[in-house]
Amino acid sequence: MIGLEHYLTVAATLFVIGIFGLFLNRKNVIILLMSIELMLLAVNINLVAFSAFLGDLVGQVFTLFVLTVAAAEAAIGLAILVCFFRNRGTIAVEDVNVMKG
Amino acid sequence: MIQADLTVILPEIVLAVSAMLALLVGVYTTKDKLAPVLVWLTAALMAVLAVWIATRSSGTAIAFGGMFVDDAFSRFAKVAILLSAAAVLVMSQDYMARRQILHFEYPVLVSLAAVGMMVMVSAGDLIALYMGLELQSLALYVVASLRRDSARSTEAGLKYFVLGALSSGLLLYGASLVYGYAGTTLFSGIVQVAQHGEVSLGLLFGLIFLISGLAFKVSAVPFHMWTPDVYEGSPTPVTAFFATAPKVAAMALFARLLFDAFGNAVADWSQVIAFLSLLSMFLGGVAAIGQRDIKRLMAYSSIAHMGYAMMGLAAGTALGVQAMLVYMAIYVTMNVGTFAFILMMSRDGRPVTDITALNMYAKREPGKALAMLVLLFSLAGVPPMLGFFAKLYVLRAAYEAGLIWLAVAGVVASVIGAFYYLRIVYYMYFGEEGEELDRGGSKVLWGFLMASAAVMILGIVNMFGVEGAAAAAALVLVN
Repeated sequence: MIGLEHYLTVAATLFVIGIFGLFLNRKNVIILLMSIELMLLAVNINLVAFSAFLGDLVGQVFTLFVLTVAAAEAAIGLAILVCFFRNRGTIAVEDVNVMKG
Repeated sequence: MIQADLTVILPEIVLAVSAMLALLVGVYTTKDKLAPVLVWLTAALMAVLAVWIATRSSGTAIAFGGMFVDDAFSRFAKVAILLSAAAVLVMSQDYMARRQILHFEYPVLVSLAAVGMMVMVSAGDLIALYMGLELQSLALYVVASLRRDSARSTEAGLKYFVLGALSSGLLLYGASLVYGYAGTTLFSGIVQVAQHGEVSLGLLFGLIFLISGLAFKVSAVPFHMWTPDVYEGSPTPVTAFFATAPKVAAMALFARLLFDAFGNAVADWSQVIAFLSLLSMFLGGVAAIGQRDIKRLMAYSSIAHMGYAMMGLAAGTALGVQAMLVYMAIYVTMNVGTFAFILMMSRDGRPVTDITALNMYAKREPGKALAMLVLLFSLAGVPPMLGFFAKLYVLRAAYEAGLIWLAVAGVVASVIGAFYYLRIVYYMYFGEEGEELDRGGSKVLWGFLMASAAVMILGIVNMFGVEGAAAAAALVLVN
């Protein structure tokens, strides 16, 4: 029987993978965008699982909002990335270093 | 029903609709010729809305089933947000036009960000909180990279975007846990769940994630990494905007969430906030010492100031919230003046941000140097200026709440922090002779600089009534 804990475990695992993807990735900014998306989708699994468990629709409504915002976020992220590529000719994470820090 | 709800959020609707109209007009008439007019119109609209919100009603109105709360607290924050956003818009106009980056999208994005901030401070529900926060953040990511042809500006936008998205993810994960363990997303529901005995472990985890997400937005240590780079890379008017309105909104949202949703669990979050505050004050003071770039320096300065504001929150009392609101109001006024000065720093028409360029500035521009001296003293918290009373307020709140160690640490950190502000004063008055900066500058910027400096001195009489408004706002939140 698959219960709430299983869903929460999957979501937590995906979320942690997303965070590690952000911090350990040294190659490509696109992978950062994918990691962010992974984190948001992990949250969605959480919300839907809780919503089903509680018998309350608000969680699913929240999920739809999150999906919409995630789409807008990805669009803006890619737009900024295109601008960055035009200026620098690269999208490697190591090259995001004009300023120190 | 819906009519009453819409009346409550009328200011937000007006600003959002005007932003979309401005976008339509901008797209149909093409080119950026209209941009200066749009900047002035948007700033005027924001100022009018601020007056309207301040005088519109007293008391508390709740709309959309508790999702949106209009009370004295949100009105205080909204007035501060709108006025500072309007001031920054007016200040940017000349600077941006001269450097050909005054696109018509700029006022549109700033007003959309302002709408997001207004929703944030009025949020009564995790969904409203998230939507407001994202509306603000998405607009800010774009303005950070407004100078499309500059590697620095786009890099600032990219860094801000990646770390901002990470913080939204953390906040959202916290929101999902809180929803799961409280069974509702309404703040009023969450506070009732926390009322019955112990706060469950899941709820506590959710709270910690929410706090980390918001700490990113107010750039509290250890979530501050993005701040110096974003401040340095963005065009200076945008930096001025980042340092003012979004900070007020994020701090107000912080207070709203902690007191409205977790007001029954003060002991659970007070220590965490106190810890963040302590780290921010010290790192902001110490790391700024090595900085040569005045925008980076202001970034560390804002980190330290956020630490002080959070000290008020950590107190967990009405006095603490009042102190936080007063602090933010004074902080914003100081920053508007300081950035007006930074915007005027140029050599042969090109912006200069190196602090050594200010050598012997007082000899050539005694008036501006004196105003900047007042502002820097105020930022450092030197006694006769208003900034000192801001610090005194939060220290007193922390002391009365029993956080004596935090208050002592705050005093020590402010002494360390005073060093780098006073070093700029030293350069201006006693430095070596160097290449001159351009004289004069825009009248508008000069006006903002002088007005802000005057407020820092005249405000000590009665703080222009901000104290009373903040006290009323704090009482609504903490009961």
